[in-house]
Amino acid sequence: MCATCGCGSEGPRVTTFEALAGSGQGHGHGHTPQDHDHEHEHAEPAPRTVVLEERVLARNDLLAAENRRRLAERGVVAVNLMSSPGSGKTTLLARTVRELAPRPMAVVEGDQETLLDAERIRATGCPVVQINTGEGCHLDAAMLRRALDALAVAAGSLVFVENVGNLVCPALFDLGETSRVVVMSVTEGADKPVKYPHMFRTADLVLVNKVDLLPYVDFDPELCAERIRRINPTTQVLLVSATTGEGLAAWYAWLGTSGTAG
Amino acid sequence: MHELAITQGIVEMIVERTDSARVTAVYLRIGKVSGVVPEAVRFCFDLVAAGSPVEGARLEIDEPPGRARCRSCGCAFAVEGLVVLCPCGSADVEVVGGDELLVRAVEVV
Repeated sequence: MCATCGCGSEGPRVTTFEALAGSGQGHGHGHTPQDHDHEHEHAEPAPRTVVLEERVLARNDLLAAENRRRLAERGVVAVNLMSSPGSGKTTLLARTVRELAPRPMAVVEGDQETLLDAERIRATGCPVVQINTGEGCHLDAAMLRRALDALAVAAGSLVFVENVGNLVCPALFDLGETSRVVVMSVTEGADKPVKYPHMFRTADLVLVNKVDLLPYVDFDPELCAERIRRINPTTQVLLVSATTGEGLAAWYAWLGTSGTAG
Repeated sequence: MHELAITQGIVEMIVERTDSARVTAVYLRIGKVSGVVPEAVRFCFDLVAAGSPVEGARLEIDEPPGRARCRSCGCAFAVEGLVVLCPCGSADVEVVGGDELLVRAVEVV
């Protein structure tokens, strides 16, 4: 148990949703902590050094490469949406899947707990699967693999992966997505890109949401875009409002061409 | 707090690569701009290693500094974080070092 954030060892749960049927039951996936009984030699031999030189994220990255290959084989574009909690990702997604229908789409929802986001997407009629990470603070490639298996995504689909709301941890984990989109909102302040540079560094697109609130908040879109480009000179920045629909045409246009991004 | 998952990955990898031999020391490389906080890995390490063959191992972490190269003028320079400007004024800068996250070696008995 981690005293800093309360992380425990309970593994992620994947919940699938039958179309208009009762909600699925999650099932636990136990990470098995090592539990070896170790026989000690009484004559302690001298320690020897074993050179490993292995990247810590190598296994995740291997699984991510496998996800990427499988998605590409089926012509599926996967967009990983990352943001702080409350930036409006789910509102944006619900509107997006409604307005882009009947294009084949699916959504993978990531949250520590509850099926609330998946229920909102399901109400649109779009296929959805919920990953509850339990104590985990990000999605990883193995979780996406399980979610994609559970979803049985149609060839040629556009898959939105809503990562756990967190501007820190998801940045390090490649899921095998086609492209990465960071969503921020004008209520969060224009300083977030420089405070959380890892997140913005790998974004193919930054959506600045809730621009309908600009008259009421102290947020300078130009300054924000300049700060984003200091971290990531090649990324695109779009100002949108998932509530009023402002700017969403540009987001949809970007999605139409994002099969080659990332 | 992705350091917990990172540390779990480190311990699992070591146990697998060493066939569950008893590990007395672990040598990590965590670059200064890797996005991982060495103190947090230290904090998690004992908790994660408990009950595994890595329990009680000494943890040594070297932290290479960040290095960057400017795509505009080509000059290389040291960086403290990811918010960097080249002395020439360009923000088009590529991190070329200090982003490593490696298990370098272990000592086993």
